[in-house]
Amino acid sequence: MTRNVIDYLNRIVNICPDKTAYSDGSVSLTFRQVCDQSRALASFLAGKGIYKKPVVIYMQKSPAEVAAFFGTVTAGDYYVPVDDTMPFEKIRMILDNVKSPLILCDEKTIGDARAQGLDKEAQVLLYSDTLDTPVDQEALSDIRGKALDTDPIYIVFTSGSTGTPKGVCACHRSVIDYLEVLTDVLKIDENTVFGSQTPLFVDACLKELYPTLMFGATTYLIPRYLFATPVPLVEYMNRYKINTVCWVVTALKMISALGALDEVRPEYLHTIAFGSEVFPLREFRKWRKACPDAEFINLYGPTEATGMTCYYRVDRDFEDGEPIPIGKPFPNREVLLFKEDMTLAGKGEEGEICIRGNALTLGYYNDPVKTREAFVQNPLNPFYPELIYKTGDIGRVNERGELVFVSRKDYQIKRNGYRIELGEVEANVEKLPEITSAVCIWDNDKNRLVLYYVGNVEERPLKKILTEKLSDYMIPNRIVRLDKIPQTPNGKIDRAGLKKLYLSKRK
Amino acid sequence: MEELLEILEDLHPEIDFETTENLITDGILDSLDIVTLVSEISENFDIAVSAKYITPANFNSAQAIYEMIETIQAEG
Repeated sequence: MTRNVIDYLNRIVNICPDKTAYSDGSVSLTFRQVCDQSRALASFLAGKGIYKKPVVIYMQKSPAEVAAFFGTVTAGDYYVPVDDTMPFEKIRMILDNVKSPLILCDEKTIGDARAQGLDKEAQVLLYSDTLDTPVDQEALSDIRGKALDTDPIYIVFTSGSTGTPKGVCACHRSVIDYLEVLTDVLKIDENTVFGSQTPLFVDACLKELYPTLMFGATTYLIPRYLFATPVPLVEYMNRYKINTVCWVVTALKMISALGALDEVRPEYLHTIAFGSEVFPLREFRKWRKACPDAEFINLYGPTEATGMTCYYRVDRDFEDGEPIPIGKPFPNREVLLFKEDMTLAGKGEEGEICIRGNALTLGYYNDPVKTREAFVQNPLNPFYPELIYKTGDIGRVNERGELVFVSRKDYQIKRNGYRIELGEVEANVEKLPEITSAVCIWDNDKNRLVLYYVGNVEERPLKKILTEKLSDYMIPNRIVRLDKIPQTPNGKIDRAGLKKLYLSKRK
Repeated sequence: MEELLEILEDLHPEIDFETTENLITDGILDSLDIVTLVSEISENFDIAVSAKYITPANFNSAQAIYEMIETIQAEG
């Protein structure tokens, strides 16, 4: 039984040491190189006495960043990925939360880290400078011997409605449990060639990084800019014979909506997993036509339950307007639908999707209050401690017995695959001295985030300020200044009224 | 060109599009921007921008985008 994710690496390095494990097309690392780098970093950390600590990895998406993750885990620490696309304010909030002793950077990010004064919060180091550390086999064996599968591997940060991101902390046992069921459903083997789309600071990248170690597969970390140019993107996939993708719907949609599938086909693709958003049928059909022999799998799951919770293998056509189901839970996790009164929803009834099982993460790092709100005792079981995670998503079971995602309970949206609390955008805008109040609405049809505000600043200059303060994916598409924010008779923000106003003006 | 700059500045007011290059390769224009941009260009210049035109070379600067629009118009 595997109890530590690093066991996958230690096993595969003896089977296919010279095979490419991770590549971005220009820089590649073999399994041997990944193993050597991670053991050097782990020995460095052990030498510094950094053990059972969060280690911030501030690097560009690259094979080296992946090796840095594994090195951190080998040292008995847990990685906290941040990214060169994140605004510094968010990085600072993350540092505040995790209080890491060390920030590992690459050549590009180290300049930014120093310029922003991050070296006052923790030691800032170049990852590459740790790689000549001699391997301390004794220390590493000792660390491995003491490790439990309930120890953390990583903390990844998601949007929080108060403006402060929440750090979801996951342990070996949850990740291993997930990897075993996921790779079974996706039929991963040594011939799998992944094309990774998601950033490495979200848990979505588990789907490629670890199965690569389990099976000796290969992952291409596709350069981000290619996702703006669909034909070169598909050509890249064909050049490296990419056959398996687990992408956010937005990325697939971009390729088909711009007409790229008429120009070039992804020749090797046989497994297309998608998630994070609803796949519009019009675009989905274009994909099925372009890749008629491929398997399409819809995935659903919150970060708090480690990767994905449910899957649905697309096995039929859908009528216009019919949502593609999220199917059923992977083995060893259960989905319970609770109504407002915390009784179970009956057949066809809507309820909040709640999850139980090993997949539940350890909770929000350094935030017991928010953890207790979302991870609660199973109301069906008063007899012994057993947690469920309340997703805040509403679902129902259809006539075929398949689980269907209906909507969000609150003001959380999915944009470009990212989870955004409208409240977080609003809270960040309202922090600006020029702003009196701010309200966001989401236009699901057009994929548009619209910001309404009252304040002493024009629309364009405000957008300019926001590009510095917010993550790219949180920047509104439209910004509208108002004299006052409309209110409902009992004094609440009239979101429905704003939405009507917006729709009446939409072309 | 004015019209194009207007569209681009609406997307990213913080960027000086008359001088900035590598809009795609430096990640300034992301996939959502491209989808919006292509639909606005199609609408405002009354052309169809097919996928084969959407390359880093054609979108890396305002000048390059403008030249692409002229090429498509000439093909008319």
